[in-house]
Amino acid sequence: MGLGRCLAVGLVGLEGHLVEVEADVASGLPAFTLVGLPDASLVEARDRVRAASANAGCPLPARRITVNLSPAALPKTGTGFDLAVAAALLAAAGQVDPRSVASRVHLGELGLDGRVRGIRGVLPAVMAAVRSGHCRFVVPRENLAEARLVPGAEVVAVRSLGDAVALHRGDPLPDHDACDPPAEPARGPDASPAVQDRGPDLADVVGQAEARAALEVAAAGSHHLLMVGPPGAGKTMLAARLPGLLPDLDDAQALEVTAIHSVAGTLDPSAGLVRRPPFEDPHHTATVVALVGGGSGLPRPGAASRAHRGVLFLDEAAEFDPRALDALRQPLEQGLLVIHRSLGSARFPARFQLVLAANPCPCGHGAGKGRDCTCSPTARRRYLSRLSGPLLDRVDLQVEVLAVSRAEMASAVAPESSDRVAARVRMAREAQRERLRGTPWACNGEVPGAWLREALRLPVGITRDVDVALDRGRISIRGYDRVLRTAWTVADLAGRDSPDRDDVGRALLLRHRSQAAA
Amino acid sequence: MPATKSVRAAVGEFGERVAAEHLRADGMEVIGARWRCRQGEIDLIAVDDGCLVVCEVKTRRSLAAGSPLEAVTPVKLDRLRRLAAAWLAGQERSFAEVRIDVVAVFLPQRGRAQVEHLRAVV
Repeated sequence: MGLGRCLAVGLVGLEGHLVEVEADVASGLPAFTLVGLPDASLVEARDRVRAASANAGCPLPARRITVNLSPAALPKTGTGFDLAVAAALLAAAGQVDPRSVASRVHLGELGLDGRVRGIRGVLPAVMAAVRSGHCRFVVPRENLAEARLVPGAEVVAVRSLGDAVALHRGDPLPDHDACDPPAEPARGPDASPAVQDRGPDLADVVGQAEARAALEVAAAGSHHLLMVGPPGAGKTMLAARLPGLLPDLDDAQALEVTAIHSVAGTLDPSAGLVRRPPFEDPHHTATVVALVGGGSGLPRPGAASRAHRGVLFLDEAAEFDPRALDALRQPLEQGLLVIHRSLGSARFPARFQLVLAANPCPCGHGAGKGRDCTCSPTARRRYLSRLSGPLLDRVDLQVEVLAVSRAEMASAVAPESSDRVAARVRMAREAQRERLRGTPWACNGEVPGAWLREALRLPVGITRDVDVALDRGRISIRGYDRVLRTAWTVADLAGRDSPDRDDVGRALLLRHRSQAAA
Repeated sequence: MPATKSVRAAVGEFGERVAAEHLRADGMEVIGARWRCRQGEIDLIAVDDGCLVVCEVKTRRSLAAGSPLEAVTPVKLDRLRRLAAAWLAGQERSFAEVRIDVVAVFLPQRGRAQVEHLRAVV
């Protein structure tokens, strides 16, 4: 009978690999063999493809069918190969034009009735195929908007296998609005909606002037933040408002973030590219795998990767499994997670801003003077020590959030709104970009200490307070670097070219919870 | 309407006759039919140029249950191989080669029977 070829994309983590699907229909007893390292869900493609073809009106021939997914050494998983297998088979059986089939990359899952269902990870798959020079796609209708986000991709959407057959026979598609109108070029990233929801507003938070200032500094310099305080002080409210202060993602970042959420299955395709920094707040019972990603076979992204270019908020941080927290050290250092599993390793970007909130002690009332605290001194000491030193070492800002007093609540000053703070943050980010031009970093939070001390060396008069703190052993050399980083951000927010002595002093205050040692 | 036993047997027998004709027309010598032993039955035994052909015949009057060829399962093929050995054990004649073929016979409501012959399926 014949041979049919078609292209598909296999995802390993966020990396797409072009997969050639070859189908051979030979004379012999009817059989359907699928080779080329498919996993269990992919082997099921045989039965879906057989039923879908029959119900789409072009049954598979009763012959010996062999389908190979090449490169055979690459582990393949999931249901996204169904459409490619069906197309290659129908080409091999002579039902459709083999050249038309071979010229396109097919992505999609088949239902038994011949319907084509949407799949996860279309964006990274299309990006990978375009990078390797294959720009023509057939995708499920649900994924059309997502596939079109990639510049240069020529996309046809199908609702059913019947549509795909019509396409490859050169017949008009039964559903005209589903096909790519030639007048409209593939939409670039610019065409996505510019305004996406900024989330809750900072104006809702009463009082907490210090914590708000710390939040602003955190947003401006992309510093990690720890808030310690009694329950009900507003730590969670403050953290949830951080993404609203951050600037929009640029094109490259937006593509990265959208790709991660596409693979994680948390993407709303109708909203276009993700332009706002994501916010992830896993529950404190989260496991290591839930935080950093994993799963059997091939790894999937976890909360840390879903928070890429956004905020990872760990509420009740001291209640987290210490191993889960320590697993965050690699992404905090490198902005990248490499997860190894039996079938291979996957790399997920994970450059997030970490926000930790914790009670000062098990009962939660040990903050400030701690008069209501019922915990024993040992319990109090042990509680926050669960946040390991190496993790806290990477947190530039550590502030105490005290309960709001009645005087603060009654004060006539209306709290500032997110918009106004975000405007200042934008200007501070601009200043940082200007200063860090030509370096691999974009904001103060990413700058390593050595570079701070060398290239951005400050005069002795300005760093006197922090020098003294170092001499007296109150802060470590790493703590010294963090103070300098924060000082630069404070100066950027104030519109100064470089920090003065006050900025350094403020930075010193922002890194120390009042009584706990960091 | 489900076919009664005698009708099914008659259809099978007719299919085997059609298949035997087909093999003869292909230049094979049919040397046995419906050979039974404890393990089962061989539909047709033929010789094709010195090669022993153990042939399974599948006859269908409708394609509602799929192609006749699809009814030949791996279990059935295994049994055919064992039957071939059992048949050979009772023979004095020896063969250079042994082959298992499947002949599918489709009997449409009207018109001639359609025959499909697959050689060396194992």
